[in-house]
Amino acid sequence: MFKPLHIVPAGTRIDFMRYHKLTFAISVIMVLGSILLFFTRGLNYGIDFAGGILLEVRSEQTVDLGELRHKLDSLGLGEIALQTFGDANDVLIRVPMKDVADEKAQQTAVQTIKDTLGSSWEYRRTETVGPKFGDELKSGTAWAFALAMLGIMAYVWFRYEWQFGINALLALFHDVITTIGLFALTQIEFNLTTVAAVLTIAGYSVNDTVVIYDRIRYDLKRYKKMPLPELINLSLNTTLSRTTVTSGLTLLSVLALYFVGGDVLHGFSVALIWGIVIGTYSTICVATPLLLYMHLHRIARKEEAPEAGAPQTGR
Amino acid sequence: MLQFSKWKITTILVIILAGIVFAAPNLIARDKLDSLPGWIPKTVVSLGLDLQGGSHLLYEVDTKALQAERLQSVVDDLRIQLRTANIGYTNLGVQNQQVTLKLLDPGQIEAARPILQKAAGQLSLNVGADGAVTIQFSDAGAEQLKIQAVDQSIEVIRKRVDETGTKEPTIIRQGDDRIVVQLPGVKDPQHLKDLIGKTAKMTFRLVDEAAAASGQIPPTSEIVEGAPGSREEKLPLQKRVMVSGENLTGAQQTFQDGAPVVSFNFDTIGAKRFGDATSQNIGKRFAIVLDNKIISAPVIRSAIMGGSGIISGNFTSQSAQDLAVLLRAGALPAPLTVLEERTVGADLGADSIAAGKIACGLAVVLIVIAMVVLYGLFGIFANIALVLNAVLLIAILSLLGATLTFPGIAGLVLTLGMAVDANVLILERVREEMRNGRSPVKAMETGYREAQGTIFDANITHLIATAFLFEFGSGPIKGFAVTLIIGIVTSIFTSIWVTRLMTSVWLRRARPKALPL
Repeated sequence: MFKPLHIVPAGTRIDFMRYHKLTFAISVIMVLGSILLFFTRGLNYGIDFAGGILLEVRSEQTVDLGELRHKLDSLGLGEIALQTFGDANDVLIRVPMKDVADEKAQQTAVQTIKDTLGSSWEYRRTETVGPKFGDELKSGTAWAFALAMLGIMAYVWFRYEWQFGINALLALFHDVITTIGLFALTQIEFNLTTVAAVLTIAGYSVNDTVVIYDRIRYDLKRYKKMPLPELINLSLNTTLSRTTVTSGLTLLSVLALYFVGGDVLHGFSVALIWGIVIGTYSTICVATPLLLYMHLHRIARKEEAPEAGAPQTGR
Repeated sequence: MLQFSKWKITTILVIILAGIVFAAPNLIARDKLDSLPGWIPKTVVSLGLDLQGGSHLLYEVDTKALQAERLQSVVDDLRIQLRTANIGYTNLGVQNQQVTLKLLDPGQIEAARPILQKAAGQLSLNVGADGAVTIQFSDAGAEQLKIQAVDQSIEVIRKRVDETGTKEPTIIRQGDDRIVVQLPGVKDPQHLKDLIGKTAKMTFRLVDEAAAASGQIPPTSEIVEGAPGSREEKLPLQKRVMVSGENLTGAQQTFQDGAPVVSFNFDTIGAKRFGDATSQNIGKRFAIVLDNKIISAPVIRSAIMGGSGIISGNFTSQSAQDLAVLLRAGALPAPLTVLEERTVGADLGADSIAAGKIACGLAVVLIVIAMVVLYGLFGIFANIALVLNAVLLIAILSLLGATLTFPGIAGLVLTLGMAVDANVLILERVREEMRNGRSPVKAMETGYREAQGTIFDANITHLIATAFLFEFGSGPIKGFAVTLIIGIVTSIFTSIWVTRLMTSVWLRRARPKALPL
């Protein structure tokens, strides 16, 4: 058997803590920028949330977008957005909600568009979401989001000392907010699948943080005298190989999705790629250095006491 | 590490074996599967509409319209009853979802009460001392009306869909006043949507010939438009209904003089009413009205006593067929509104499946290679666990009868990436223990023990986020959440227990001096 590759050589000692002020600054800028973008530019809501009509059609020949636009604009359905993708035979037709007011009008509009285009097109996908249902999806999703966050918070709170809990949550919000910022910046469609991706990122982000926190807790008990920055660096370095491998492999599988997933999973895979990168970054550059400002020596001392009954930790 | 009790080994092997048995049917074609003996498990993962093509429609039953209609009929009833009983009233009408009127003489309240009571029926009646009357739905009454309307609508939709020969439709209630209709593999959802969406209230009414001649429309008549595609123009019709569609017992599409027509039969009550009405109005016209549009308005040449007749209204054979289906299935109690439609063509579905396969394949190949390069023999163990994880995941999805959606496939791909994380954690830890100079067995033992808590914590947070996604998500997203949840659970089993078993067997056989790690 050959010698397996050690992607991070044993004894690697990168001084992560040295640059933490710089990474804090970068993170603060990213978070503020994301919030600003969210409120100024806003998200490009897909029809799931905004309501409206989406048709995916395919033609035998290459599509003349100008001609198609001319045809559809004459219907007076408002600002119809056309977008080719794939090998230029496929077109996405989007009719935003504000121009087609209620459920009945939507159904009529779909029919009108189909009648206008005629039967030479293949109708690959037809979606309509009424204004009422769009609003419900929005609020349902908001609830899922809020409750998932609360659930993760509750677990982290229960499982860790509050210093860890707060930091893990700060990192979590950092990741989620910047992901939303990315969507505001790029104006990639924000829809139900994107939300699924963001929630998955939330899980991933905490997952990543938890692994390193477990290690730090372990090292705190093992090296009671070591100064905190040095100790955190040690923990980060010993887990660095795992961090690289896991992030790398997950990233690889998500990249596979990105390249073959097509339009349906485009936003989804973009969100996940970003989420994995930012989740890994935030663990090392946000969640962990924040511990420097918490009084962690107390934790170490507390856990020493046998009667403390602290939950059994994985190390 | 080396000690694996017999029952533990047996349990692990049984679970794996069961996984293989229950996942296997997914590899066999449906028709072959059906020909196998009965004891072989046959449940397979069902594909979501986004993968096999089809329509998902979410309807809302417009119960407000139903209530309004019910109240209006109370008004119409009262107008006639009170007049015949010679009871004076004023301001009769529907306001704010209640029937209101005022009796002119409060002394007549007791005389009016039985009439009001009868007209109100199940509705709650309130008579003030000054003669002010309100009739409205009680909360329970409105609720009951809603439930009945939705049940009845589901029944009618099912009949209509079944008539078209659509295979395996799903028609279920969702929440209070909604109906989900799923039509897998439907090529032309528009036609089905048209069929489902029609209220199909049919009435037979006399044409008000006097009004047609004079142009003066009395309050007992109204102008009704001709149906699009028919030869009829708008005509004044009497509001009174001779016979309604409820009295129909059957309807078929047939031909008359080479043109498609619809023949129908009345039940005994309908036949009698129709016979009476036609015998009294020979030479006049009557109209066949569907959803307030005149389909045809023939002249009554003779009394029609047999309880059957023919509607000829400029039909194509398709439209005659549709009308027959609608008449057989009966009318919807209330109009339906499409809240959400998602239709995917079969080709796009097939493309999605192909893309999903490529993504899964690509992810598996990349991960498998990377794990072998990084961890050698133990990478191979982890890879075997990874494949078993996929097998178990598919087995559980099959057993649950869960639906695999396109985002669900994404969940599968993602699970693959994250499933090896547990092994990465363990193996990195083992390496560390080796560096600390521990023996192979000791290093393995510590690695597994120490990594377990972390693996558990890390996966729980994932489960929490995903569980809420399942609870609140809709359709395809639910599919994503289901795959992810099951994937997380199975990955804990395979990456901890299965690899551990393999490692311990290997350690016992090879008795290595150093770990190839």
